[in-house]
Amino acid sequence: MARLSVQRFRNLRQAELTVGAGPVVLLGENGAGKTNLLEALSFLTPGRGLRRARLGDLESRLPGNEGAGQGGWAVAARVETPWGAHDLGTGRDITTAPGQERRVIKVDGEFASSQAALGAVLAAVWVTPEMDGLFREGASERRRFLDRLVYAFDPAHAGRLSAYERALRERARLLREGRGEPEWLGALERTMAEKAVAIAAARRDMVGRLAGACAETSGAFPRAELGLAGDAETWLDELPALAVEERLQTRLLESRGRDSETGGAVVGAHRCDLLVHHGLHGRPAGLCSTGEQKALLLAIVLAHARLTGLERGGMPLLLLDEVAAHLDARRRDALYEEILAMGLQAWLTGTDAAPFAALNGAAQRFRVQDGMFIE
Amino acid sequence: MAPSEIDRLIQQLARLPGLGPRSARRTALYLLQRREQSLLPLAEALSRAAERIRPCHVCGNLDDSDPCRICRDRERDLSALCVVEEVGDLWALERSGAFKGHYHVLGGCLSALDGRGPEQLNLDSLWQRARDPAVKEIVLALSATVDGQTTAHYLAERLAGLPVQVTRLGQGVPVGGDLDYLDDGTLLAAFSARRPA
Ligand SMILES: [Zn+2]
Repeated sequence: MARLSVQRFRNLRQAELTVGAGPVVLLGENGAGKTNLLEALSFLTPGRGLRRARLGDLESRLPGNEGAGQGGWAVAARVETPWGAHDLGTGRDITTAPGQERRVIKVDGEFASSQAALGAVLAAVWVTPEMDGLFREGASERRRFLDRLVYAFDPAHAGRLSAYERALRERARLLREGRGEPEWLGALERTMAEKAVAIAAARRDMVGRLAGACAETSGAFPRAELGLAGDAETWLDELPALAVEERLQTRLLESRGRDSETGGAVVGAHRCDLLVHHGLHGRPAGLCSTGEQKALLLAIVLAHARLTGLERGGMPLLLLDEVAAHLDARRRDALYEEILAMGLQAWLTGTDAAPFAALNGAAQRFRVQDGMFIE
Repeated sequence: MAPSEIDRLIQQLARLPGLGPRSARRTALYLLQRREQSLLPLAEALSRAAERIRPCHVCGNLDDSDPCRICRDRERDLSALCVVEEVGDLWALERSGAFKGHYHVLGGCLSALDGRGPEQLNLDSLWQRARDPAVKEIVLALSATVDGQTTAHYLAERLAGLPVQVTRLGQGVPVGGDLDYLDDGTLLAAFSARRPA
């Protein structure tokens, strides 16, 4: 990331930042706009950003902006990759009606038809205070976390996921309304099964390689042991992909009655879970202390960055919201050391300057106040 | 107050795809200032099109004759039928020269979320045409979107019992891509790499 410009995005009316290759520290009070900037950055990758927001909610509601009615929010950046520099841009599609929200994607000045075009250039992984419960709560957050790690390796993963989810929603709609001839439902189930197997294969591949990278964790961070639960994800252990596809289709066919009542589907890619254990004492991550959980999460994220750098070349952006202040000094130093050693562009936020003292000289700092950035 | 004729023209132009209010005003002005070279020939072409161009009752193509000239062309291969979503896809395939048989335009693809089911598509005549003993192969040239692929699965299932080979375009069509946006080389490659659906 070399240059970033944000417009009408939450409390950031207009921000322009020029940054170097190393870490970036954003300092400011709560509500100043630090997390909003990280969120804006996260929209330069596929998905709904770091807060999973609705696109309409991102629009600035600042005095002087309402009623202007021109253009929605927009984020643009120049990104340096090992394969050259690219210009990325995204924003709310102002031609669509409210409620039918869509964002437009531009890569190197050309409109792109899918968000995967962003993923081909840039990957980002984040750790935010909202993820504190990642290992304790339901599987869906962990699944999203895993899928985001996959994007960095396989940008097409985002497209497969949204295709799968659309087919899942279409099937649910047909079942709920009780219409839809069996062949139509069958066609949707076949689409779901095809996508689910491709999704499962990508997740398995990621977890396999990431488990290897985590095994090399040493020093201040605990070693995370990774596993994968799910339908297609585990069936692929014993069956070839085509057989798994058929099994998924059969199960979906058999469960139409039940699924019409629940509105979901009893099998599929939406039921996978990332399993994490502490490598030292073997306890499930969800039962570890809060500090251990945070350290495990960072260990996974750092292992993923190492792996990405090694195998794909370009490094993902690392967005660490309010992370540094909650680490003890030993882990904080280890985190900074890894970030600097890998040449990661990490964006770190905090209210106090003190926890970032060890990065003095190596990191670029901005003070954030009322949506303005002062270097 | 009733809108003036100029406002009416601008409003009509602004409804066209790709034209906003600004470019509609520009286009209106352009036409009005070139009455002989542009405005009258365009008006004439529009009124002739409105009068004469109709969907072909056989394949769904748009033409000034029914059946359309592709359906009437005796040089074309009667044994191959290519199913597309929109007339725009048919035009794209014709431009590329990738296909020499006959077409069938569905008028969209299945989409439960958009409220488009089999009864909204041009399917009854497809079932009929598929039973024509002259037809040996049906190529499903549908877009690589979720709905396009689901529609292809649906057609493959419904056509499975008939003595025709059902194929779909090969690799090379990008996910989410509409045929209309593909270059001729990609279309040719996708056609020659078609595989059983
Ligand atoms: Zn015709």
